Amino acid sequence: MSIDATTVRKIAGLARIAVTEQETAAMVPELNNILGWIEQLGEVDVTGVEPLAAVIPNHLRLRDDVVTDGGIRDAVLANAPQAEHGFFAVPKVIE
Amino acid sequence: MMTDLTDLGIVELRDGFAAGDFSAREVATAFSTAVSAGKALNAWIVETPEHALAAADAADADRAAGTLKPLSGVPLGIKDLFCTKGVQTTAASHILGGFVPEYESTITAKLFAAGAGMLGKLNLDQFAMGSSNETSAYGNVLSPWQRAGSNAAMAPGGSSGGSSSAVAARMAPGATGTDTGGSIRQPAAFVGISGIKPTYGRCSRWGVVAFASSLDQAGPMARSVRDCAAFLEQMAGFDQRDSTSLDLPVPKWEVGLSGDLRGKRIGVPKEYRVDGMPAEIDALWEQGIAYLRDAGAEIVDVSLPHTKYALPTYYIIAPAEASSNLARYDGVRYGERELPDGANLQEMYAATRAAGFGPEVKRRILIGTYVLSAGYYDAYYTQAQKVRTLIARDFERAWATCDLLLTPTAPSAAFALGDKSDDPLAMYLNDVFTVPSSLAGLPAMSVPGGLDAAGLPLGLQIIGKPLDEQGVLNAGLAIEERAGFTARPGAWW
Repeated sequence: MSIDATTVRKIAGLARIAVTEQETAAMVPELNNILGWIEQLGEVDVTGVEPLAAVIPNHLRLRDDVVTDGGIRDAVLANAPQAEHGFFAVPKVIE
Repeated sequence: MMTDLTDLGIVELRDGFAAGDFSAREVATAFSTAVSAGKALNAWIVETPEHALAAADAADADRAAGTLKPLSGVPLGIKDLFCTKGVQTTAASHILGGFVPEYESTITAKLFAAGAGMLGKLNLDQFAMGSSNETSAYGNVLSPWQRAGSNAAMAPGGSSGGSSSAVAARMAPGATGTDTGGSIRQPAAFVGISGIKPTYGRCSRWGVVAFASSLDQAGPMARSVRDCAAFLEQMAGFDQRDSTSLDLPVPKWEVGLSGDLRGKRIGVPKEYRVDGMPAEIDALWEQGIAYLRDAGAEIVDVSLPHTKYALPTYYIIAPAEASSNLARYDGVRYGERELPDGANLQEMYAATRAAGFGPEVKRRILIGTYVLSAGYYDAYYTQAQKVRTLIARDFERAWATCDLLLTPTAPSAAFALGDKSDDPLAMYLNDVFTVPSSLAGLPAMSVPGGLDAAGLPLGLQIIGKPLDEQGVLNAGLAIEERAGFTARPGAWW
């Protein structure tokens, strides 16, 4: 399953990373090299094998469905590149 | 002063301070001075002498009041992957430039509550993705070690390369590390110190910048096995804020230390004899076997048949989890934002991530996105998770015939900076011995075993059953007692 420049542009789009034509061209052989090496996994017989869900047996805990945190709006916003009126601010979404 | 305080390890500092041999302020001052003098190694992203001194003054007051804590008088280095309240935390990436957490990671909170101070935040591979500390946005970290007769800059290992460099150079008696596929053990091996990755779930991941959540595990790096045991006791423990944290008491590992291995069976996995392994690594391994036999252990041959598939499995699972975890860096809530003129929200995301992430991080996000994308998910990701089951099963079967495993930590001594940075695959192969135990969540540690012909340190790895940190530490101690590793780099920096 080798990938081409179109695929690189598509996955970069899915990953929300802007790439230049030059970067795309450089990534094609690089990613193919890595993916080609990874493909050896296909030769492993996994008939009847379940995907691993947890490395160490553990159970997910439940707690009472009550508020345990909050009231820290300013701390939440403290590192925002742009915060206004108690909100995160982003470029206009709706035209 | 009778001795240079920076030559002392964690336990020596703790005990000497408690005995009144020196003050905590003297210790913090000595190490902070060493940190300032070590800038050529580029091990630190932020220096925090004020934090170390404040903790030292509190420790001195506690000693006067008779209320000593487990790490009173000990200053530590903190990998810059741990969120520290009020102190910049970057994961060595521009995308977190200027990020000053409003909260403290569970582990640093525990260490500070135990009386430890912080000397600074340590450099690392960007988002802990790398094996040589060459992917940091804050520049390469240099190992304090050099090849005999050469002044070429050597890799300190990665991703905890600032931690390994700082501890080996005696800028800190110990440092926190994190290990996703070997990031504590390989750098420890490269600089001749010890480091243990505990069982997955022992140390809380809360407040540690996430890379691959099913693999990430924090642990201590220090210059002796005893130091690692004492340090790990203060890092480990249940945390309800981490959903995979193990709700188990923390054993008294330091008190439990014993290098007497009579009755223990040590497995030597034949699949770890990889093609092209230097003769020196093989000789080191044989030496390690002899040490453990001398300590009373029985040596048995074991087979871990899926070993060769561990690296490709890892390089599907880790990037897949990373691509998901790193989706949070969007330029909205924290870190850097890149906003080209007239850009809309989607364009802002893409520009921010293009400008903020380094090349290796982008590479892994793209691989992860690809293996999780529609049409490829089963062929790559599900297949990898199934092979991961087989790798974990290999270890479970080995435990039927042995209690611990002994392997080299890395397939080579440290390489020079630049030697592998142009070839991602060659770099990935350096983790061949550390990745399998990470995939299985097992405790594993590296201890110094000796030097190669060029005078560079080599490490031996001990892998244990789930929750058997004690067995791992004890075998590490048995090696340490016999290897007599006292070599240290000359202070050229």
